[in-house]
Amino acid sequence: MDVNVNGQRRSLGDVDPQTPLLWVLRDELGLVGAKFGCGISQCGACTVLVDGQAVKSCSYPVSAAGDAEVTTIEGLAGENGELSALQQAWVDLDVAQCGYCQAGQIMAAEALLRTNPSPGDDDIDQAMESNLCRCGTYIRIREAVKTAAAKTAAE
Amino acid sequence: MSALNYDDIGDVVPTVTGERTAAADASLDVRIAKIDRRQFLKLTGLVGGGLMLSFAGPKAMANGGVLQPNGYIRIDAGGILLYAKNPEIGQGVKTSLPMIVAEELDAAWDDVQVVQSPIDQAAYGAQFAGGSMSIPMNWTTLRRAGATARAMLVSAAAKRWGVEPTTLTTRDSHVVHAPSGRKLAYTELASDAAAMPVPAAGALKLKDRDQFRLLGERITGVDNDALVRGEPLFGIDQSVPGMKYAVYQKCPAIGGKVKSANVDEIKAMPGVTDAFVLEGNGNAMELLPGVAIVADSTWAALQAKRALVVDWDETDASKDSWTEAKAQAQKLAQQSGPVAADQGDVDAAFETAANRVGGFYTYHFVSHAQLEPQNCTASFKDGSLELWAPTQTPGQGIGSAAKVVGISPAKVTLHQARCGGGFGRRLYNDFTCEAAAIAKRAGVPVKLQWTREDDMAYDLYRAGGFHQMEGSVDDEGRITGWRDHFITFSNDGRRPVSGGNMARGVFPAGLLENLRIEQTPLSWKNRCAAWRAPGSNVFGFVVQSFLHELAVAAGRDHLEMLLDVFGEPRQLGPRGMHTGRAAGVVRLAAEKAGWGRELPDGRGMGLAFYFSHAGHIAEVAEVSVDADKKVRVHNVTVAADVGPIINLSGAENQMQGSVVDGLSTMGLSVTFEDGRVQQSNFDSYPMLRLPQTPGVDVHFVASDYPPTGLGEPALPPLAPAVCNAIFAASGHRIRTLPITEEGFSLS
Repeated sequence: MDVNVNGQRRSLGDVDPQTPLLWVLRDELGLVGAKFGCGISQCGACTVLVDGQAVKSCSYPVSAAGDAEVTTIEGLAGENGELSALQQAWVDLDVAQCGYCQAGQIMAAEALLRTNPSPGDDDIDQAMESNLCRCGTYIRIREAVKTAAAKTAAE
Repeated sequence: MSALNYDDIGDVVPTVTGERTAAADASLDVRIAKIDRRQFLKLTGLVGGGLMLSFAGPKAMANGGVLQPNGYIRIDAGGILLYAKNPEIGQGVKTSLPMIVAEELDAAWDDVQVVQSPIDQAAYGAQFAGGSMSIPMNWTTLRRAGATARAMLVSAAAKRWGVEPTTLTTRDSHVVHAPSGRKLAYTELASDAAAMPVPAAGALKLKDRDQFRLLGERITGVDNDALVRGEPLFGIDQSVPGMKYAVYQKCPAIGGKVKSANVDEIKAMPGVTDAFVLEGNGNAMELLPGVAIVADSTWAALQAKRALVVDWDETDASKDSWTEAKAQAQKLAQQSGPVAADQGDVDAAFETAANRVGGFYTYHFVSHAQLEPQNCTASFKDGSLELWAPTQTPGQGIGSAAKVVGISPAKVTLHQARCGGGFGRRLYNDFTCEAAAIAKRAGVPVKLQWTREDDMAYDLYRAGGFHQMEGSVDDEGRITGWRDHFITFSNDGRRPVSGGNMARGVFPAGLLENLRIEQTPLSWKNRCAAWRAPGSNVFGFVVQSFLHELAVAAGRDHLEMLLDVFGEPRQLGPRGMHTGRAAGVVRLAAEKAGWGRELPDGRGMGLAFYFSHAGHIAEVAEVSVDADKKVRVHNVTVAADVGPIINLSGAENQMQGSVVDGLSTMGLSVTFEDGRVQQSNFDSYPMLRLPQTPGVDVHFVASDYPPTGLGEPALPPLAPAVCNAIFAASGHRIRTLPITEEGFSLS
């Protein structure tokens, strides 16, 4: 089996097709940015994009990805390592406390901004509601999404 | 008044670290997944230049061109390296502790690289994250560490230029000779400085507060770049060559033992390489009995765990029942209990009171629910153990793991990994012990992975509790009597659990003439332990809500009554609160929130103050309550006096996070029946989400007291501030947490 991740075709050998994408990314491909939090699509720490849509990779069989393009947090920075607007906003606003949920938060925000480049508060509420932050950094998450959107709009 | 609450974590502060030598590369390899450590060091040597490779370990004294006067600083021609000694669990100490060093060193923050230090008691003393102690315990040591290196750099420059050291100044990682306009970078001076005598602590001149350039600024976390790139920082991200993936099933009721299990069937499953029963070591904080499964992948291990069938011997297992405990407490509340603290004559005060108020307060158990489920990577080889562990108490982790696998602590190396949240759960190293035992028995390195269900079922819970409150006021509205019969829990039948003891005196003890605390512990088998701001997080709710009840009964404004209770500005005992600082934050929060202004119907403001972990914090919440008892918290104003702020960004983040955590916990509950936890995952433990998050305004009082920690003290005032606001908005007094028990919900 193969899967397209961050612009590369990756071979998975004889991996069980029912394996959640999360564990394929983490255990087989060494991409550990997506995190395990609940295993039942409740916390969003495992959020990645499949063809631009945010999915909870803990509950998404790898076989479902098919020929679709999977994007993980490791695939957001530019070719020379420059941070994306969202990543940069997360650093500039010092959003993280423990940081464990933040890759999932950024990926959920990435999916939002791809379809809605200038989201209002309600849009952000709706798009980010499925991502838990146990440390309670929601205020800064909201600000960072707005900051990144404004910066992208200005460019 | 509670002191620093050190006692609440005293039983877990590291005592055993063994005769450890500096593990030179301890902090680097936690960032590496799927790459052999030695190979990594070789690789960085090839691509990274001198700095990383010249990592010599903090015990090495200055020599060979390297200035390393203590365990916190290493300067050579390649750069300035600062070591962060304590575990990072989300409170930002990996950034704020080195900031203190950099301030006195006069290093430009941009020139500094920060790495996690190895575990080394000789070099660092106790290394742990707990009790909001990182800043207060290390403030002076870190300042001296920075000032020491600075003095040696100045001496080196003075010698090189043939001038008096007093004619030199330092700034932005340079020594400057203003009269001649010469300046030299620390990196250029490091080699010379290494040969200078190390100045005595008494000879060091530390900065005055108005000389601080870095402290008090907003500094982004040192790991933020790696975090947003998804680099392997956390315990769960670790990987070592030849590693297998392990899971461990324990009895759903604590104390149960394995009678039999379908181990042979499990071993035959695809991807499973081993399965076996572990007996446990008799210490519930270390190794409980269970069945281990070892597999080629996490998924294979999880699948096998689902197919595992165990026949448990529950003879000695927990039969804990929340329903029964509650019924028992309600009965006990009608009676007197053993007196834990007594001052004045409460009974006489009640007899002569103008007005008496009473109420039965209840709060449920809650879980830590740190987002990274427990995990630990362990390798046992040739009688030595190596651990990669997201723990708050690495020193204790070494000691207990050594005990479990039967070796000396000196044979254990523990690498600190970033922790995906702690909240007190990772003060206890049961998961580390399990990983060590499984690795030894399996004969291969393993990464032990708990599921979320494991985490909920085998947490060390914040205990619930019950308080029968009675109070009285005189005809001028002053509080004359206060009685609290506290029905708490005990794991050993004698001592109350962590955070379940009021005997040491809790506000308003020390401020009222007549006060009595009675304390009755109920026996409880499920393990209870420290949870963010132990004790304070629940006592704050009861005490500050009940004070408001008395203010209402007396017909007084809550703010005015609180200030009256504080009285004259004074320090209450060496580690107690200062009533002047308390009044200061209460006034500030009230002023910033617009206390007393007219609000529409259905909207109200509530105030609460709490002193814990040496921090004085007041919060004002503004809420709406609708006809369906849906509570919307619009805004929370926080005023804090914790001395000088180290990192303004981190400090503000902690205050915002504590408010969100406090609010979230108002809706949460863990219950037990037949010894089993009734909640299993986030669907039955619904933490607060982004849309319910209020605005949080944070104000710090610029006081000159020594700085204290911010991981905990802003949490306790939140629940009472919100509950007092709900009363103001709706007339309903909340006496139970979670508020859902009284029909309310957060929206």
